[in-house]
Amino acid sequence: MSLRTGNTIPVLIVLAAILLFWYVMAVWMNAPWQQTLNQRAGLTDVPVGEFVSQTWSQAKPLLPAPHQVAAEVWTGTVETDITSRRSLAYHAWITLSATLYGFALGTLLGIALAVVIVHNDASDRSLMPWIIASQTVPILAIAPMVVVGLAAVGITGLVPKALISMYLSFFPVVVGMVKGLRTPEQIQLALMRTYNASRWQVFSKLRWPAAMPFLFASMKVGIAISLIGAVVGELSNNAGGGLGVRLLTGSYNGQTIQIWAALLLAAALAAVLVIAVGAIERMVNLRMGARA
Amino acid sequence: MSRLQLILAVAAGIASLVVGVLGLMVGAPLILLVFAILGALSLARFAVPLPFWLDGGLAVLGTVALLQTLPVYEMQPPAFWCGMVAAWLFAWLFVERLSKAIRDGAVSERVFGLLIPVIFGLALLVFWELTTRGARVPMVLLPSPSQIWTRLLASLPTLWADFQQTFLKSVIAGYLIGCGAGFVVAILVDRSPFLKRGLLPIGNFVSALPIIGIAPIMVMWFGFDWPSKAAVVVCMTFFPMLVNTVAGLNAASAMERDLMHTYAASYWETLWKLRLPAAAPFIFNALKINSTLALIGAIVAEFFGTPIVGMGFRISTEVGKLNIDLVWAEIAMAAVAGSAFYGVIALIERAVTFWHPSVRGGRA
Repeated sequence: MSLRTGNTIPVLIVLAAILLFWYVMAVWMNAPWQQTLNQRAGLTDVPVGEFVSQTWSQAKPLLPAPHQVAAEVWTGTVETDITSRRSLAYHAWITLSATLYGFALGTLLGIALAVVIVHNDASDRSLMPWIIASQTVPILAIAPMVVVGLAAVGITGLVPKALISMYLSFFPVVVGMVKGLRTPEQIQLALMRTYNASRWQVFSKLRWPAAMPFLFASMKVGIAISLIGAVVGELSNNAGGGLGVRLLTGSYNGQTIQIWAALLLAAALAAVLVIAVGAIERMVNLRMGARA
Repeated sequence: MSRLQLILAVAAGIASLVVGVLGLMVGAPLILLVFAILGALSLARFAVPLPFWLDGGLAVLGTVALLQTLPVYEMQPPAFWCGMVAAWLFAWLFVERLSKAIRDGAVSERVFGLLIPVIFGLALLVFWELTTRGARVPMVLLPSPSQIWTRLLASLPTLWADFQQTFLKSVIAGYLIGCGAGFVVAILVDRSPFLKRGLLPIGNFVSALPIIGIAPIMVMWFGFDWPSKAAVVVCMTFFPMLVNTVAGLNAASAMERDLMHTYAASYWETLWKLRLPAAAPFIFNALKINSTLALIGAIVAEFFGTPIVGMGFRISTEVGKLNIDLVWAEIAMAAVAGSAFYGVIALIERAVTFWHPSVRGGRA
């Protein structure tokens, strides 16, 4: 995603190629239905140019053209009142808040677990295998049950989705932080010992700063998957709103443009979040005096 | 004895004492009282050193006693909950002392290193069973492991049908196609530096996107049956494989490549004998990531519409009917399938990359 001079032009060209391919695919996939439509309307010989533009402007196309999706995003975010349920920005905000909430919880849990694991041999041995095993389990499959189960005891709205996000995002943080907190070498730890540093001082002045690069690398992974968790959590709760609900209602009503718009917005959200974490990382690095 | 061990030992002894007193007041079953007395006697360790196996034995005894006590009462008395705390403390103390013994080299790492995570898992399971049944947690919220197990045994045919539909059809097909396509495209891209610079950033970016969201689109394109799920799996597994393989193909150093050049090795020979083996750890990393992603993709895609079979379908409909025990049975099966899938790939990895330091060091 970096826009270093070497990559910008190739990336743009590849993107243009993808866009072109998308338009061609839109014609190809929407053509059969357009032909049926034209036959019903009694139009026999439609010129090719007009036929192509027809395939790019169906109401419920099999594959909407990029400009249709862009127009849907534009009307949904800018032209619609932000408090209305029809506004995409409103749904994006719901998803974003659940993501951030779950991400914060997951990061805190991950850091806490990593600290315990690094400082206690027994918990390293007993927890670590299960933490790794927990990720081979398709966690997202539990999402509907978490939502329904918590609804049964009166917890609805943000919390169930945030819990799913938390479950997904704590893992990279634990693994990264355990590695990071263990980066200080024996010789550095020995130096701290000659300073008569307490356990807390060793942690706050040596281990924690040493773990920072690992923390941010894990947080970048964590925030992307916590967005996925929030979206999947919304699939089981139609009433709440959010991008996941837009996907679901779009698929029930065959509103393909709506689905693509929600997807595009989710992708944009993921990009913004990852870039934001990267920006914070650079700020922290500067404060800590690291060379960028 | 470290400070943590000291605290645990004292707390466990006192908790047992409290269990004894409270148990006598409500006339608790004999076995619980025996556990309480023996646990309280363990305080004698400050006079006579006790082997750590004794703590393990006490934890097991406590677990058995609590499971025996469970059906006796309608509402569990405080002695029960206190006993649970005591048993937990003994188990913790045991693990703490065992890991100390392993570190000191007093017992073999190979045999007992495995015991600790197993104990933790069992303790968690027992804790789950005791709290859900002891506190009468409604099944909608969380069924007990024994309920889930009976349900699992009772509905094996359904579970097997779902497993066939989701795992054997969607996951395996999608995984093979997605990983295969990612691998082939990576080798093609690798030949063109321009494409590598253009595609890699995009591939990296797409790997972070919620690709799972294309599920409704795939259902629309490929119909309700398993091909649409396989298509989602293909899309989810393609990019991690692409990115990792391209990174792996660059892993062979310039010096090794020069050596191949001096041997007059052709492109394909270099690829086959040097660069692919060097890329193997990266490729297996992607295969492992993808094994989890594939299962998630197939299950979540089924939330958007399927024929009336499949793990994702079962989970979403039975949640609606509040048959939570069946849902948990399904999840247990998914967990076992996911772990087994991952384990098989990890085993293949050990066999293929036997030369890698991480394998030779004994830790995969």
